[in-house]
Amino acid sequence: MPSPFSRGACSASAAQVPLVSGRVGVASWFAGQRSFFIAGNCTGVYYIDPHIHMVSRTTDDYETLAKMGCVALSEPAFWAGYDRGSVDGFRDYFEQLTTFEPKRASWYGIQHFTWLCINAKEAENVALARDVIAMIPEFLDRPGVLGIGEIGLNKNTRNEATVFLEHIELAVKTNEQILIHTPHLEDKYQGTRMILDMLTGDGRLDRNRVLVDHVEEHTVGLVLEQGFWAGMTLYPVSKCTPQRAADMVEMYGPERLLVNSAGDWGPSKPTAVPDFILEMRKRGHPESLIKRVVYDNPLTFFGQSRGFRFNPPV
Amino acid sequence: MKGSCMLGERTREAVLEQEFLPLRARILEIAAGLDRLDRAVADGDDGGRRDRLENAIQLLLADEPSRAARIQLLFSRDYDEDWRTRFEL
Ligand SMILES: [Zn+2]
Repeated sequence: MPSPFSRGACSASAAQVPLVSGRVGVASWFAGQRSFFIAGNCTGVYYIDPHIHMVSRTTDDYETLAKMGCVALSEPAFWAGYDRGSVDGFRDYFEQLTTFEPKRASWYGIQHFTWLCINAKEAENVALARDVIAMIPEFLDRPGVLGIGEIGLNKNTRNEATVFLEHIELAVKTNEQILIHTPHLEDKYQGTRMILDMLTGDGRLDRNRVLVDHVEEHTVGLVLEQGFWAGMTLYPVSKCTPQRAADMVEMYGPERLLVNSAGDWGPSKPTAVPDFILEMRKRGHPESLIKRVVYDNPLTFFGQSRGFRFNPPV
Repeated sequence: MKGSCMLGERTREAVLEQEFLPLRARILEIAAGLDRLDRAVADGDDGGRRDRLENAIQLLLADEPSRAARIQLLFSRDYDEDWRTRFEL
């Protein structure tokens, strides 16, 4: 049985910024980046939020993200807060994700990408889920579609697992990447183990093309040691914080680790990734390490999707 | 902190400088929360939640690495590796 506490040795390099109490490192770094700040970017680095639900956010949020240095984001399909009644409800949602959201993001110079599926909560209705899965291929060739997601488990039921496996089948057949939601709170450990059982039980999957999201201290090692990507989701209350995410980078190293805000219609903070950047900086970690996690890693993972066309900021 | 490689580059003094006051504040929140619970009127079964909180506090005091992961597991539902057979999947 894999241990949730272990992973091979860290590969990240040591902090290079001189740091006594946190302030010295930050101050010297800020001094070297003046021109960048004058250009209007509040964090001083470009970053990508790999998991954020912008349909639930305002245009003002796009503007704030752009000012914080966000240059791209990816938006997995998820639960709207109520159960949709028909496959056409999902078709309209996918239309919004692939047309209007990229346009709205572009007004602020942000590139918008998306993932399509029926989420775990609505997957409890297996008949509807099958209709949605059959309809998804209509959208897979649209620009900006990165794959199937966020599929996963919610309460770890038989129906959820059935629909999860059928999504995997679709992803394998269409050669799409996969983004996975793991359950929250007391269901997370059990659900993550079940998800890993289903993934590792399918020899057709390329583990390097699967992202398992919402990992925390007791699941991050399990996911990484099986060769998958792992996403840490920062929440303002009750779940992972920027400080704990920074701890996990320190303990596991930056390889195949991502940080996201999962901003949605509930209590959430779309600017959580800049909070992580600041926490890393306060600890004296080098800019190269921060950039690796918040920019290079998402590019590497997204770059494996055939729908990914990225114009880097100049 | 045990089990860490990169954090080894920072001194305990530097970490304490950043963490002492926030940790102190959180410990006071826990103390006040437990006082609040004790002042409340008991009314039947609490589903073992009070015990789990006390077990978690014991884990904080253990001189072992991975306290956060162990506390997460304490608050987690059990995993049954035969779940696929049970679900006939
Ligand atoms: Zn989500």
